[in-house]
Amino acid sequence: MVASSPGNNSAVLRWAGLVLVGLTLLALPFALAGVGTAWVRITNLAILFIFLSLGLNIVVGYAGLLDLGYIAFYAVGAYAYALLASPHFGLHLPFWAILPIGAAVACLFGVLLGAPTLKLRGDYLAIVTLGFGEIIRIFLNNLSSPFNITAGPQGITLIDPVRVGAITFGRTDIFVGLVFSGPVKYYYLLLLLLLAVIVINIRLQHSRIGRAWEAIREDEIAARACGINTRNIKLLAFAMGASFGGVAGGMFSAIQGFISPESFVLVESIMVLSMVVLGGMGNIWGVIAGALLLSFVPEILRYTVEPVQRAVFGRMLVEPEVIRMLLFGLALVLMMRFRPAGLFPSRLRRRELTQET
Amino acid sequence: MNTAVKTLTLSVVAALAVVGCGKKEEPAPATQAVAPAPQEMVVKLGHVGPLTGGIAHLGKDNENGARLAVDEANAAGVMLGGQKVKFEMVAEDDQADPKVGTTVAQKLVDAKVAGVVGHLNSGTTIPASSIYSQAGIPMISGSATNPKLTEQGLKGIFRVVGRDDQQGPAVANYLMSNAKPKTVAVIDDATAYGEGLANEVEKTLKAAGIKVLAREKGTDKTTDWKAVLTKVKGARPDAVFYGGMDATGGPLIKQGRELGIKAVFAFGDGACTDKMSELAGAAAEGLICSQAGIPVQAASPKFLDGYKAKFGIDPILYAPFTYDAAGLIIDAMKKADSADPAKYLPLLEKSSYQGASGRIEFDDKGDRKDAEMTIFAMKGGKVEPIAIIKGGQSHTVGDYIKAAGESMAAAGGAAMDAAKSAGEAMKEAGSAVKEAGKEGVAAAAGVVKEAADKAKAAVGK
Amino acid sequence: MDIFLQQIINGLTLGAVYAIVALGYTMVYGIIQLINFAHGEVVMIGAMTALTVIAGLAGSGVPPLVIVLAGVLAAVPVCMAVGYGLERVAYRPLRHAPRLSPLITAIGMSIVLQHVAMMVWSRNFLAFPQIFPNPVFFVGGAAITGVQITIIVLSLLIMGALTAVVFRTRLGTAMRATAENPEVARLMGIDCDRVIALTFIIGAGLAAVAGVMVGSYYGIAHYTMGFVLGLKAFSAAVLGGIGNIAGAMLGGFLLGLVEALGAGYIGDLTNLCHLPWQPDLVAARCAADGHLVLFGSNYQDVFAFLVLIGVLMFRPEGLLGERVGQRA
Repeated sequence: MVASSPGNNSAVLRWAGLVLVGLTLLALPFALAGVGTAWVRITNLAILFIFLSLGLNIVVGYAGLLDLGYIAFYAVGAYAYALLASPHFGLHLPFWAILPIGAAVACLFGVLLGAPTLKLRGDYLAIVTLGFGEIIRIFLNNLSSPFNITAGPQGITLIDPVRVGAITFGRTDIFVGLVFSGPVKYYYLLLLLLLAVIVINIRLQHSRIGRAWEAIREDEIAARACGINTRNIKLLAFAMGASFGGVAGGMFSAIQGFISPESFVLVESIMVLSMVVLGGMGNIWGVIAGALLLSFVPEILRYTVEPVQRAVFGRMLVEPEVIRMLLFGLALVLMMRFRPAGLFPSRLRRRELTQET
Repeated sequence: MNTAVKTLTLSVVAALAVVGCGKKEEPAPATQAVAPAPQEMVVKLGHVGPLTGGIAHLGKDNENGARLAVDEANAAGVMLGGQKVKFEMVAEDDQADPKVGTTVAQKLVDAKVAGVVGHLNSGTTIPASSIYSQAGIPMISGSATNPKLTEQGLKGIFRVVGRDDQQGPAVANYLMSNAKPKTVAVIDDATAYGEGLANEVEKTLKAAGIKVLAREKGTDKTTDWKAVLTKVKGARPDAVFYGGMDATGGPLIKQGRELGIKAVFAFGDGACTDKMSELAGAAAEGLICSQAGIPVQAASPKFLDGYKAKFGIDPILYAPFTYDAAGLIIDAMKKADSADPAKYLPLLEKSSYQGASGRIEFDDKGDRKDAEMTIFAMKGGKVEPIAIIKGGQSHTVGDYIKAAGESMAAAGGAAMDAAKSAGEAMKEAGSAVKEAGKEGVAAAAGVVKEAADKAKAAVGK
Repeated sequence: MDIFLQQIINGLTLGAVYAIVALGYTMVYGIIQLINFAHGEVVMIGAMTALTVIAGLAGSGVPPLVIVLAGVLAAVPVCMAVGYGLERVAYRPLRHAPRLSPLITAIGMSIVLQHVAMMVWSRNFLAFPQIFPNPVFFVGGAAITGVQITIIVLSLLIMGALTAVVFRTRLGTAMRATAENPEVARLMGIDCDRVIALTFIIGAGLAAVAGVMVGSYYGIAHYTMGFVLGLKAFSAAVLGGIGNIAGAMLGGFLLGLVEALGAGYIGDLTNLCHLPWQPDLVAARCAADGHLVLFGSNYQDVFAFLVLIGVLMFRPEGLLGERVGQRA
């Protein structure tokens, strides 16, 4: 019945579809909370990974710059939030003030790291960004002495939850007979932010800047010949990507209430990269799908692999965590081999990547 | 074919999925409603630890400890509010990852557990603790030693193991009184645990007027300590303290001896294992190390025997503490005659409980009062307990076990009227002394043992 | 002075290990401009294989020298097989793909190899059996062990042998030709695929030897040991001039020295108590402790990355390298 009359009804259908998607997303946390609030939490973390993937997608997918230290910007955003809203320095700024600060600081770091490295060729750039990512983590881990700035490996505790007016996101409230637990409230906030991020991404992709990024990705020299200021445009990609990472980091701080450098290790960078590659570099919806898929994989594995192994072998032979890491690795290898444009390739990318360069 | 249709189909699928999820929620309460038989009330207790990953064996050990306490309570039969109670353990895996830790904590809250034993690592316990506290569910960790856990000021968060800032001073004091160093080098692995412990050691040494060199650091994967140790060697310290795990501590002491450093090496509980001699060979001989709490072999014989009988293996490290944590919760429930956290939490705070790891009382923060610390030394490739420090006093292990055995026997005697038969109490006293005899301290053990054996035989008949 | 000498010895030993691993990176990069990210994992597999063999034979009455040789002889073919497999399965199909594709594949392979190794050899840190007595010699107050001497000497021998292969044999000529220009080399009748595969195999063989060195030097092996080692060795290769064999050796030794001296002296150099003028805050801390170190040995892992970044930014061709940077 849906596919019968695509012609003149298409506008109506499109709106009906969007409304339905919207309602679904709005109802989702209550359905999930019915199963368990833990699922709302898992969904929230998945949305954070969508942020990260979309941010990295700008750098890797649009501009074609392989950034292996992306998680550093997430860390910077997280620490910006934690330092400005926790008893560590006794500062308690409201979240709407910190989130832009976090994004701005991450953006600054993006420019600082980007500026000296952008003239490097692709694979060197990858290694150098990896190095920068590690350097930032090492600094976060060691700036507890001689003067205590980041609390070092001890991490920062008691980070303020988000507060909007009288609503504290850490607590459970009841509105119109519905139970809004902390994670559910965060879900809506994240959904709102996600909407903004997606809109920005779509607008960027189709803007002059987006086209310039693609031009640079395809042929930097030709792009420069066309009058594109490649340096600035590449820096912009780094800065935009980093800001998204910074926002995600800030939200992570608020949701977790505790952060320490061990949450920002290299593996996390590679995880985000896997999501982007799996979904299809340069394709917003593909990347979102990739992020969701790989975020829920550990949970899915927990409910499938474990019981199956126990039933078949009587004990657990391969831990779900190991299978997850193997999947990340294999995703990278197999995608590059068989579907370089991702599971859900953008039309443009598919065309590009099937041709030999 | 066109996006509108695609979007709509997608949304229908999504909507169905949501409805599907929504439906799933209904059976959940239904099963809950069915499970408790009219007379029997099910009370869920949560346990969290890493059951997969690098320290899964310790997570399993912790879980076994808690499980033993729960099974014993079920076997003994507990009545709350006039209803017979069946305790059920919900075991979760946090993979020693803070992110997974909070998710799992939420799962336990969802499952409406009445109390939680866990987590194992401080790094997962701290973020999870705020979730439990908000949900009003008491949590007792048997192994999270980072001071920050209870310094957060959260309600209903306890630990039954000593804090790093108790362990640090203990090992530092022991070092001072035995090695009498003038200069000490302190090294750590830049992890929350290693740095935290090293800071406490440094604080204690400095307070005693001992010169402490500038801190040197590696990472939790460092195997090349030569550059750092060479620098340390140049300053000629009398002792070297390292806060870190055995995997890095082994190469550290080995390379230190290779470089010709003659100083005493001291370590925290992370490097207080037999693995040290495996990794460092003869170089590990004579190292000093500390563990929070009593050594496993000094736990109550009732616990040790029960554990061995149930799981067929010996407890590894923190099992006595998770056993006590579960015991404490159940005990407080009994006193409150309710499994409602709001009702039993006040009584839990005021607990005075004789557990497998000794008497447990909490201070206002939720830390254990007078937590014991044990000092070990490497002898013949094995770490052996040489002193137990309680209330600032150092006891030899033999004395401690003997004293504990006596108090245990006394406790047993007192409890006789209530529940225990005389034979059982005697048996306990007997095996306590048996342990003591093993340590070669109790001279008259044989006599008591004979008596105990006779009693046992009598019970057997 | 003996402290300084000791740090030099520490640095040279570490550098020798970096150098051998760096050779594997530099050879592969020289020929197909690929950063073989998974090379560090090959080192790890070498160490693990040797450990398994040595632990199995230890205490069986076989002479220690034979046991060690057996370990090496087992590790080398295993690593060669892994290296060849990597090239065949992961890299060869991407020979003509965009540059980033093989790099992403390499990262993926690195993760896969790590976790497969974890399933085989467990998550635990494994102790490398010590079957030889490890004599310690004192030279001018500095200690040097038998293992250290072996590592340094062996690495120099290997470099000599490799140089001879590359510059004195037909295979070496073919390798250099392929590196220079694969199209032309093919026209000259060189089987480029074979040459590239052989390069991977030789590199993996060296990685096996490096794995045994690392394992026996530190006495420990773990499934994650290869990754950071690989990164640092890659930095060393870049420092010396990637694609250049002598450069890899030089870079390796230099990086080893930088790390040892850096970790040894950065603390003293950044000790704020040496400042002629001190703010009150600093002065108070100095009076209490005698030291207030801004950057200590905790930053030792940063040096390799700083070297890498610095070289790439200011002298991308490295110390001994030719300008291959602009190609491709």
